[in-house]
Amino acid sequence: MANVAHPRARPSTSLSVTLRLVWLRLRRNWPSAIALGLILVMALAALLAAWVAPYDADATDPAAALQVPSLQHWLGTDIYGRDLLSRIIFAGQVDLSVAFGATALALAIGSTIGALSGLYRGWVDLIIMRCVDSVMAFPAFILAMAITAALGNSVTNVLLAIALTQLPTYLRLVRGEILRIREMEYADAARVVGNPAWRIVFVHLLPNCLPPIIVQATLAMGYALLTMAALSFIGLGIRPPQSEWGSMTAEGAQYIVTGEWWLFLFPGLAIVIMVLSFNLIGDALRDFLDPRMRGVR
Amino acid sequence: MAVPLCEVEDLRVQFPLRGLEAWLRSLKDGKAPVVRAVDGVSFVVEAGSTLGLVGESGCGKSTVARSLVRLLEPTSGSIRLDGAELTTLGNDAFEKMRPHLQMVFQDPTASLNPQLSVRRTVGEPLKLHTSLTVSERRARTDAILEEVGLGADFAERYPHELSGGQRQRVNIARALITSPRLVVLDEPTSALDVSLRARIILLLEELRERHGLSYLFISHDLATVRYLASRVAVMYLGVIVEEATTAELFAHPVHPYTRALLAAVPVPDPDARRDPFVLSGEIPSPIDIPTGCRLRARCPLARPVCAEPVPVREVAPGHKVACHLAEEESR
Amino acid sequence: MTAVIDVQDLAVRFSTDHGEVEAVDGATFDVRQGEVLGLVGESGSGKSVTATALLRLIRQPGRIVHGRITFDGKDLCSLGEGELAHIRGAQIAMVFQTPRTALNPLITVGEHVARLYALHAGLSKAESRKRAIDMLRLVGIPEPERRARQYPHQFSGGMCQRVMIAMALATAPRLLIADEPTTGLDVSTAARILDLLRDLGQKTGASILLITHDLGVVATTCHRVAVMHAGQIVEIAPVRALFARPAHPYTRALVRSIPRVDREITMEPIPGSVPSLLNPPPGCRYAGRCPWVEDRCRQGKPGMTGLSADHLVACFAVENGRAAL
Repeated sequence: MANVAHPRARPSTSLSVTLRLVWLRLRRNWPSAIALGLILVMALAALLAAWVAPYDADATDPAAALQVPSLQHWLGTDIYGRDLLSRIIFAGQVDLSVAFGATALALAIGSTIGALSGLYRGWVDLIIMRCVDSVMAFPAFILAMAITAALGNSVTNVLLAIALTQLPTYLRLVRGEILRIREMEYADAARVVGNPAWRIVFVHLLPNCLPPIIVQATLAMGYALLTMAALSFIGLGIRPPQSEWGSMTAEGAQYIVTGEWWLFLFPGLAIVIMVLSFNLIGDALRDFLDPRMRGVR
Repeated sequence: MAVPLCEVEDLRVQFPLRGLEAWLRSLKDGKAPVVRAVDGVSFVVEAGSTLGLVGESGCGKSTVARSLVRLLEPTSGSIRLDGAELTTLGNDAFEKMRPHLQMVFQDPTASLNPQLSVRRTVGEPLKLHTSLTVSERRARTDAILEEVGLGADFAERYPHELSGGQRQRVNIARALITSPRLVVLDEPTSALDVSLRARIILLLEELRERHGLSYLFISHDLATVRYLASRVAVMYLGVIVEEATTAELFAHPVHPYTRALLAAVPVPDPDARRDPFVLSGEIPSPIDIPTGCRLRARCPLARPVCAEPVPVREVAPGHKVACHLAEEESR
Repeated sequence: MTAVIDVQDLAVRFSTDHGEVEAVDGATFDVRQGEVLGLVGESGSGKSVTATALLRLIRQPGRIVHGRITFDGKDLCSLGEGELAHIRGAQIAMVFQTPRTALNPLITVGEHVARLYALHAGLSKAESRKRAIDMLRLVGIPEPERRARQYPHQFSGGMCQRVMIAMALATAPRLLIADEPTTGLDVSTAARILDLLRDLGQKTGASILLITHDLGVVATTCHRVAVMHAGQIVEIAPVRALFARPAHPYTRALVRSIPRVDREITMEPIPGSVPSLLNPPPGCRYAGRCPWVEDRCRQGKPGMTGLSADHLVACFAVENGRAAL
């Protein structure tokens, strides 16, 4: 079938082809459709928290403390009478923005360095890769802990710490892709046609590295979120009263014994659902991006 | 006498071997082992003609092509285009020569950037080398797409939406859009289906005639070369063993390798008598090339004299053969 | 003339996101005792799918929709996996396109062949090794005792293909299917592999189904030829008859469209392009490209008519004499 052109009445843009394929994939792969939906819902809720949350996150109401989930408070209240649902929604702002921010930062810097490493090879590559190896020798979480402890507890520092631990992954990924693609004939063709080196990199090579990077990024966002939550769980990074899923889960853990199960469960569930959703999207994306490159299937 | 369009003289391309085995060898032999992929190749491409360069795997024909367009650095030798020496040009100066020397690659799919539309791919050379406006570039791109048999509605398509034959047409359009003096074609039809080859071959011929182009056509497919080329050079293990006009080479092949190659091509004629000329063994590795004639170990006509350096003899006007046993034509 | 394998009205389809691809449409042919039958066509013509179907190796999303494949008195389409496992590799063997990827890089070449003897003939290890070395010698591998201990990466492409042929013939199959066995091989190597196939076929009595896109290969190696276009078999004839008097419009166009190494010719490309096999219209699939097309051609597929004793063509225009030969 290699030589039969696709039957098409009018030319389609890459975008319309992409969207159609996305739709076909989602239709077949309902877990990822659900995952995508959940992420969008959570992200929108976090973005529009001020309008969506039924209560203010810090609004205390001692009379309504430690209430079981009810119609007034869908997910119950904590010891200060604060509505858990609202806190979870506002906490989403912190969690999702750190997850997204750290991933974006790691991706941007890691890809750039990785591309340079793959392009120049030789000494540059050698030095960069040894630095990467040193960073990767540490368990990622321990490293994140160490950096946060050293820099101090703030959202920014946590973001930087997580970004640093994730950076090597993108670096290696892009370096590997560049090493592969530079041998392809279209890289040769780009040279023969007369492209200067920078154009070969930015117009021809990097855009073709995107698929694996995108897949990695969606998967990694799950890890970033988990790391964020874990750091706050053990007391680093975000401190109360700033609401964040990890620290809320830690607080809630104290109340399991006394029977207020919702304080621990719902923030924990928020983490689980989001991480799971990111993973499912990552799988679906990997599934979707590969065959497209080879043709419709 | 007009200066030929492209002159290659004593081109040599060597690759140093790497790795543990290579290092051990260098200790043993006292010098680093090299692969002599192209070992003293000379030829001429006349303006408006096609030179066919044929050979099997490992003969160095692709290496010749790549060193012509500087995808590889030649180790030594001279490459002249319109009389200007290319090998001594600095990088910037060579980049300015690019519009005059273009290449069509073998794999139509791998040679197109999957992220770029046809229009962007084909128009890129204009963007790089001319100062035409966007609409002028668009007009030229559309015009050349028409010429290669793709309508204007192909311009917005992406490579994965095209068939193999269509992709190769895009490659050809891209190579031709700057009106190059010489086009190097590296096995442009080998990855295509048999029935598509005719179209591409005819297209190449038509474009050459219409625009007065010159081709260096590299292939292992002798039938295609017979159709397209006016002169043919046969390569084996890094050297040219025979060179003649197409008619002369196919009618009177002299070098044993050429004879064996022609005998091996299956002909679509059940009653055709096959020349039983056969070489023994297989193509040796280009690392340990024997002294004297490279075909010596496999040639049924080998004599002791074949261990000596090989002379190039002109057996007929314009027909050169690198073989001890070839008879020089007496004038 | 007895048929080793007889295929009747074979149809294979693949389900895709865009619909059903009818890769093979009613193929009917047979391979006779001791002959080399060439199955020739462009890529997408369905020839490889047909071969895979004979071995019942079509997997989802493809399936055999209908057809009868008679081998050794049994219909292969109705056999279960258990019985098929005895036939595959033993009575019907296959040689693939890229030999190097078909060989396991971790197993010695000798072991590849020996295992077949152990598996299908139940021979002891020592006996299997001995027979494997004999087989390697038969396919023309020099110093077979030494080379049997080597690994595939130490063999050239041509040598690997010889090993594949050794493996295929080890079990003395009645039918050998060779799917474009010379792809990726040099011209001279390819010639020798084809000679080897033909000679060994004669020597061992195996019949060969040779799949190729190269008419030259057909002319030099095959006794009879079946021409396929877009999933349909359009002509079956002895080799001489096919080249002397090609009947089907597609065959004629194909012969005129290839460059020749032995003579000066004018090439004429085949008009039009291969139709899409996705939800194809009924009738002859060459209709869109044929200079002698009539309305009838688009309504129903022409049956095979006999031009002469052994020369069959599926074409209305040839039947009623419009496409004069």
